[in-house]
Amino acid sequence: MHIPDGYLSPATCAALYGGAVPFWYVALRRVRQALHTRLVPLISLFAAFSFVIMMFNLPLPGGTTGHAVGIGLAAVVLGPWAAMLAVSTAIVIQALFFGDGGITAIGANCFNMAIVGALVAYAVYRILARRAAIGSARRVVAAGLAGYAAINVSALLAAIEFGIQPLLYRDATGAPLYCPYPLSIAIPAMMLGHLTIAGFAELTVSAGVVAYLQRSDPSLLQSTAGRGAESIEASAGGALRPLWLGLGALLILTPLGILATGSAWGEWVARDFADPAARHAIAASSFHQAAPLRAPEGLARWSQIWTAPFARYAPPYVRSAAFGYLLSAMFGAGLILLACLAVGRLTRRQGPTT
Amino acid sequence: MRLLVPRGRFLERTVEGLHAGLEMALDAENSAAAGGLLQPLDARVKVVGLFSLILAAALAKRLWVIAAIFALACALAALSHVSFRVLAARVWIGALAFTGAIAVPSLFLTPGDALCHVPGLRWTITAQGFATASYLLLRVETAATLAVLLVFTTRWMQVLKALRIFHVPLVLVAVLGMASRYILLLLESAHEMFESRKSRAVGALAGAARRRVAVASAGVLLGRTLELSGDVYLAMQARGFRGEVHLLDDFTMKRLDWVALAGFAALATAGVWAGR
Repeated sequence: MHIPDGYLSPATCAALYGGAVPFWYVALRRVRQALHTRLVPLISLFAAFSFVIMMFNLPLPGGTTGHAVGIGLAAVVLGPWAAMLAVSTAIVIQALFFGDGGITAIGANCFNMAIVGALVAYAVYRILARRAAIGSARRVVAAGLAGYAAINVSALLAAIEFGIQPLLYRDATGAPLYCPYPLSIAIPAMMLGHLTIAGFAELTVSAGVVAYLQRSDPSLLQSTAGRGAESIEASAGGALRPLWLGLGALLILTPLGILATGSAWGEWVARDFADPAARHAIAASSFHQAAPLRAPEGLARWSQIWTAPFARYAPPYVRSAAFGYLLSAMFGAGLILLACLAVGRLTRRQGPTT
Repeated sequence: MRLLVPRGRFLERTVEGLHAGLEMALDAENSAAAGGLLQPLDARVKVVGLFSLILAAALAKRLWVIAAIFALACALAALSHVSFRVLAARVWIGALAFTGAIAVPSLFLTPGDALCHVPGLRWTITAQGFATASYLLLRVETAATLAVLLVFTTRWMQVLKALRIFHVPLVLVAVLGMASRYILLLLESAHEMFESRKSRAVGALAGAARRRVAVASAGVLLGRTLELSGDVYLAMQARGFRGEVHLLDDFTMKRLDWVALAGFAALATAGVWAGR
């Protein structure tokens, strides 16, 4: 799960550093506003805990052992923003001092595990736990599944990052310069271990420790269970400004996407197989393996089922390709924001739980 | 992740793992305090210099350039009295085993010009497969060696303070510093916890019991962590902490540091230029 140096290109690493920075900034501001001076010792100690917990061998069924990353637990106890900082701190220390994960890949590892992992864990926990009492079994199951989902989404992101390397970076002879496996190999190879062993380890630790805390110190579960967490989030609405600005800038820049020629590998449509120029592009991106003369039967059949209103990011009623691209980006981002608002409203309705 | 651990030995393995973590930290601090080529240099020079060499290795598109940077890392290690035995134990063998397992299938799976056939099997090693496996292995070994070289020649706190040159916020540097100190305390605490549990255990524990031990230990450690966080916070407040973080910046660039910085810059630039 911890990506070492050498597996990802510097450009990918830089992009993921860039993706992580706004989240770190927002996390720091939100946590600072909520916790004030307690921030330094709390995040430091939890980062140290997260580091140590990764060294615990957890016996799993079948005679294997695994270790948890503690993303789910951090999100359940600290909330997503503080968890982001704590797990990022642990990842930085692991990379710098213990050689676990690369220095150039710190941004990627933090993005996959600390940022996306913490957000996924928190969302799953809040949605599944709903209004359950602090001591309920439902919270144990929710915490376990939160950890399981978080580690697997993080692994999927890592697999995608690995899988795009051979598509983008090759030397003059065609040899991949970084991770050599395409998505078709990287995703199953990563997910097999994480859906089973690593996922089960994370599930066991998250659920087990929450069950333990329910008996020993339930107050530790209070802050993310209801009103406490909401008050932290409500007090820091302005801290989201950089993310909004970043989203706006990305939307404005989306027409740059049409500067790239050709289509993404594997995203061909049925009519591409009859188009000589498209067939040439397919062969060039598939190790010079010629595409079939006709679209595969399944592709031709299934592609008729649904026609997207913004097919290929080019709405038919918009003449300018750049404006169509921008419109598609705004529409997509708007839909995602609406979905997030709906989930947020759903979880906010939950009152105090004890 | 360790697989297929003999039943009943998980306590021992966990204790060994925790002990190894403590030992590595101690070795690094001792080595950083010893004499050598890199040890007396300003921490900022080492952070910038070694990171730029890692970046040059990551950018290189020629195998010989990565190999040359690896040879340079080995030479720096030898001149800094970081023994190859330590590097082999801490870096090379682990990286070779982990990345080797990932790189070997690429010898056969990467399409390209046939290089040779594996006797007895119908597998073909391609030139492109050989190149990609070599890129991966060499890059991983080189970057890991340079990273360990930094830690074995610089005190941990100095490394963290030097991160300020990358504009890492002060509060995060303080958090990293505290976390790295308390990692050692919590490692020791967890080590003692497992040692005491081991000394009370008679015979092999069943799978479910072993899981309960591990999870309960994690829970106890979390409780201690948060309690300690409260204590540390109160102690910080008692000493006048009001949310403002100040670092004692004791860095001073000497002539030797400027020479070393110029040397690192020249080598990294040459690496990027030759490897493009």
